[in-house]
Amino acid sequence: MRSVEQQSASESAQHRARSGDAAPPRTLLDDTGIRRSLMRIAHEMVERVETPDRLYLVAIPNGGVPLARQLAANLAEIADLDVPVGVLDTTLYRDDLHSTGARPALRRTEMPSAVDERIVVLVDDVVKTGRTIRAAMDALMDFGRPRAVQVVGLVDRGHRELPIKLDYVGKNVPTQAEEDVRLLGLEGGGDAPLEVIIVSAPEAAEPGARGERA
Amino acid sequence: MIGRDLLGIEDLERAEIERILDTALHMSEIGRREVKKVPTLRGRTIVNLFFEPSTRTRASFEIAGKRLSADVINFSPGSSSLTKAESILDTARTLDAMDPDAVVVRHSVAGVPSRIAEVLAAPVINAGDGAHEHPTQALLDLLTVRQEKGRIDGLTVTIVGDIVHSRVARSNIYGFRRLGAEVRVVGPPPMIPASVETLGVKSYTSLREALDGADVVMALRIQNERLSGAYTPSIREYSATFGIDRATLRFAKDDAIVMHPGPVNRGVELSHDLADHRPSVILDQVRNGVAVRMAVLYLFSGRPPREAADREVRP
Repeated sequence: MRSVEQQSASESAQHRARSGDAAPPRTLLDDTGIRRSLMRIAHEMVERVETPDRLYLVAIPNGGVPLARQLAANLAEIADLDVPVGVLDTTLYRDDLHSTGARPALRRTEMPSAVDERIVVLVDDVVKTGRTIRAAMDALMDFGRPRAVQVVGLVDRGHRELPIKLDYVGKNVPTQAEEDVRLLGLEGGGDAPLEVIIVSAPEAAEPGARGERA
Repeated sequence: MIGRDLLGIEDLERAEIERILDTALHMSEIGRREVKKVPTLRGRTIVNLFFEPSTRTRASFEIAGKRLSADVINFSPGSSSLTKAESILDTARTLDAMDPDAVVVRHSVAGVPSRIAEVLAAPVINAGDGAHEHPTQALLDLLTVRQEKGRIDGLTVTIVGDIVHSRVARSNIYGFRRLGAEVRVVGPPPMIPASVETLGVKSYTSLREALDGADVVMALRIQNERLSGAYTPSIREYSATFGIDRATLRFAKDDAIVMHPGPVNRGVELSHDLADHRPSVILDQVRNGVAVRMAVLYLFSGRPPREAADREVRP
């Protein structure tokens, strides 16, 4: 198996720099695991949605984009569905811009078809507080009135701060709030293998966690 | 890192200009939505402080602020009663007490926005000061060229007209040079500043030579009152020598685009035909103006207020 260092040397270097002597990143889901989860979720969608021809996948960038593309390919394969894929940046809808004065870089928004009367499925890589999903729902409403909104989270790591529940989950992972969970492999334009890693923050690192490195 | 105020392109580094352009590119998507509004600056106040009359730039800033959900207040004291520095600063202090999150300033005298920035807690955005700078115009021109050509680096940009009185020319010279373009200026000799080549541009007296191989032709607005003076040509002479039409455009590259900051004196700087049709991109410039100003308001309104100690008025 490819190591984290090989997949994204610069990102892991940043993590190491930030987390000092903390435990090295661990893999939560490798590319095969991610593909398996997305295939299962596609089956669940077809099973649960009464009108799958109305599905519209909307990715939250950057992590949601390759996941939504894969889901669309899976839906085409298993149910012969041609599901549109949109990209919706939530930055301008964040609830912390005012209090922090932060001005994060914007990402692209591309909504290829109208959302009215569609079953819109928001696709995100890692869901924690639920604030990004709240922002995405507000953004979505500016594009019209979907018949329903559902949410896919590849990883649900808990620590919800808003009443948001996921409809489809790749993997539930109990985490410390200070830990960093992220999707790697986004640089290669969608062809690189994906991987979800967890990085311990120094204060969150337990003695036993270091011993897990094999 | 972006500074506190946007006073001129001269102060910006390449990475800062690129960050504003990248932000503007994403902002332009909002203008294509059915609901052209995002909640980003809800509860924020933006003051348009225009001492010099302007409808287009002021409207552009106003739309930009409103698309970001800010409250936009237009304040146009007029320049007549406020020519003295002290009364300008008084006005600025009065506005400051209303706690705006950004103040957009236009004035007919160069340097007024930076003087106001010294006494205001809020970030100041220069919307044009005398013949000094008009940074958001240059940013929207850079964005338009980047969209049309896919890059700025290595392009040849020819600016035609009254360079000496033009803040648009000055800001564009800084901007295009910093992003790696070759910049040429051409116009009647009294309208070309003697020192212009120290800004890294080549100056020409022949339009044909200046256009040779140009990717971008930028015509400036001619102020009628500045023509027909002792040293300058009449309007008819100007348009015969420096007006751009399809015939003169043949000297530029085949895919050259034509720009103008507006409003166009049709038949003077540009032929009637070019004022309305490709390869002129004048309406794209206007559209990009809103996106660039949204980007500027977004990026600059987040700065923490200046400390009181930092803004003691210098005697």
